[in-house]
Amino acid sequence: MYQFNVYRIGPEIKLGAVDISFTNASLFMVISSLAILIIFNLGAKKKTLIPDKIQLLSELSYSFVAKMISDTAGSKAKPYFSFIFSLFMFVLFCNMFGMIPYAFTVTSHIIVTFVLAAFIFIGVTIIGFMKHGFGYLKLFVPSGVPMVLLPLIVVIEIISYLSRPISLSVRLFANMMAGHTMMKVFGGFVISLGIVGGWLPLSFSVALTGLEILVAFLQAYVFAILTCIYLNDALNLHH
Amino acid sequence: MLKKIVILLFVTCFACFNTVFAAESGGMPQLNPEFWISQIFWLIITFGILFIVLTKVILPKISNNLETRKSQILENIETADKQKVESQKKIDEYEKIILDSKLKAKSYFNEAREKILDDINKKRSALEKDLDEEISEVEKELSDLKNKSGEKINKIAAETSAELIKELIGEEVNSSSIAAIVEDQSKINRERKDV
Repeated sequence: MYQFNVYRIGPEIKLGAVDISFTNASLFMVISSLAILIIFNLGAKKKTLIPDKIQLLSELSYSFVAKMISDTAGSKAKPYFSFIFSLFMFVLFCNMFGMIPYAFTVTSHIIVTFVLAAFIFIGVTIIGFMKHGFGYLKLFVPSGVPMVLLPLIVVIEIISYLSRPISLSVRLFANMMAGHTMMKVFGGFVISLGIVGGWLPLSFSVALTGLEILVAFLQAYVFAILTCIYLNDALNLHH
Repeated sequence: MLKKIVILLFVTCFACFNTVFAAESGGMPQLNPEFWISQIFWLIITFGILFIVLTKVILPKISNNLETRKSQILENIETADKQKVESQKKIDEYEKIILDSKLKAKSYFNEAREKILDDINKKRSALEKDLDEEISEVEKELSDLKNKSGEKINKIAAETSAELIKELIGEEVNSSSIAAIVEDQSKINRERKDV
């Protein structure tokens, strides 16, 4: 589990009583953000009618996220486009940077994903109450349910609503951690089985790397699309 | 043999698992709260900066680029449509001109042909007329000659026969009777010819 260790880089920084030192996790957050900013700035700078590669990349990502939002949350979610875009790109780049050997995977830490998920949860709840007032509570009362079952259903709905940040954060964190642990385990097999038997886990490791890149993209996508779905619940209240 | 290999493989796998996880004592680093606050702090800072810069600077540019491209493409399509209509018009005009000139050429050709034919006919009829005249003249001459030749021949025959008789028998025979005989003979000859 060495790859998940967080350690201080540089001096210890204290803000009052709490430790906010710059760590390897912070380093990779900064690297991911900078990479996103550099790539998209390069892609946005040029204004040619026929885009070059980097411009095409940024514009395709833009329209990809825009389509994802309009498909799941409708046109009302347009003001939240830039947040979901940043979120998707941040998670995607953190996941992808984690695929580089010896790199640190920011999203493999529950605290990071939980903060993101909790922020989304609180934000979506605030948006829901602002848009619909107390009518937002109708979200917990699905229509067309028999009166007898209603108390049970409402309890289940509330629990499922409250567990959203947990499921959202744990899904991303567990996927990233499990993938990296698997790769580590197979890598360990390669070493301990040596040149005779190490080929099988090595080939497995290669296959897993491809799978993990897929998972890295997929989890970022799932994270963003679940955010869109929660936003859709808050914006268009029809249950 | 195969069973042995499989069992051996399992044993080695188990051993490997043990060695791999033996080094990992101390649980998951994710649950160690030592750097939680630091991670939250840096997450807020980096993600906040990312969000603000993307929202304020980069995404408007990209959306602007996309809008510009869309409008420009629409514009281009519009001008292309216009030009298409215009070119269609030009093509129609061109085809009309070609058709007109074709018709004109045809009419010119017909006119010229008629003229030539007319000319030819005129000339031919004139020539034919001339020829006919000449032919009839010649025929007339011929028939004249023929008519005259018969008489002449008869005359010559009568004269020669009169002289011949004179030479033969030494006396003059009545010339009218010789002429009658010659006439008869020539008649017989003519009849024979006719047959």
